[in-house]
Amino acid sequence: MSQKSAERPLSPHLQVYRPQMTSVLSILHRITGAALAVGSLMLLWWLIAAASGEDAYNTFAWFCGTKLGVFMIFGWSVCLFYHLANGIRHLFWDMGFLFKIENAQAAGWAVLAFTVLMTAGSWMCFFSKG
Amino acid sequence: MHMKWEDKGIKTPLARARGLGASHDGTGRWITLRVTAVANIFLVAWFLWFVKASAGMSHSTFSAFLAEPVNALAMILFIVSVFWHACLGSREIVEDYIHHEGFKLFKLVGQTFFFFAGGAAGIFCVLKIALAGG
Repeated sequence: MSQKSAERPLSPHLQVYRPQMTSVLSILHRITGAALAVGSLMLLWWLIAAASGEDAYNTFAWFCGTKLGVFMIFGWSVCLFYHLANGIRHLFWDMGFLFKIENAQAAGWAVLAFTVLMTAGSWMCFFSKG
Repeated sequence: MHMKWEDKGIKTPLARARGLGASHDGTGRWITLRVTAVANIFLVAWFLWFVKASAGMSHSTFSAFLAEPVNALAMILFIVSVFWHACLGSREIVEDYIHHEGFKLFKLVGQTFFFFAGGAAGIFCVLKIALAGG
């Protein structure tokens, strides 16, 4: 579609609409999804390193221990738990539930709580012995 | 001969001739996105367990661990489901924001290639470790 010769003004949306549970969680779902997709590169690195031999694997393991590595993995885990929880919320919508605005918002709070709890829980579990 | 409007669904004749909406496709992808989403719920749970179980392993221990049939199979299914889901999800993002038809096509094809190639590479590595001893 070619550009129109006169750029007509659009009605404002981001400048005027108050952020809400529905809209904010929706765009976060997209952002976390994109972040997870980018992070899949690190998953690939892990597998390729493991298949390439001991040196490559140890390099990967070293990177995972660095501050940057931990930060990246942590960020990926937050995105994972959020996207998982909100994804389930989406599946409920697909089945026809949670359309009443109060229910959608309550489920939204549950998604945020799940994200926080699962991130904290999984990292504590990861660093615990055994 | 004049076609009845009701027979043709919601599209105008021109829209129908041009071929669907932004994605030029639809229902199958919608369903597949949901099916892979449900599969991911289980596969991600396994993946988290696997990460915890394999943490700190040496290379040889890890290779033997991944080579165990259940782990290798689960990892392959995980790669297939996650990469397919990511491919479809990133399609939606491109379809929503990019309207230059040429650039959109470039991105869609390019992303599909990336996820297919990445998925193939991941599966190949798992098979190499499981069947050929890494």
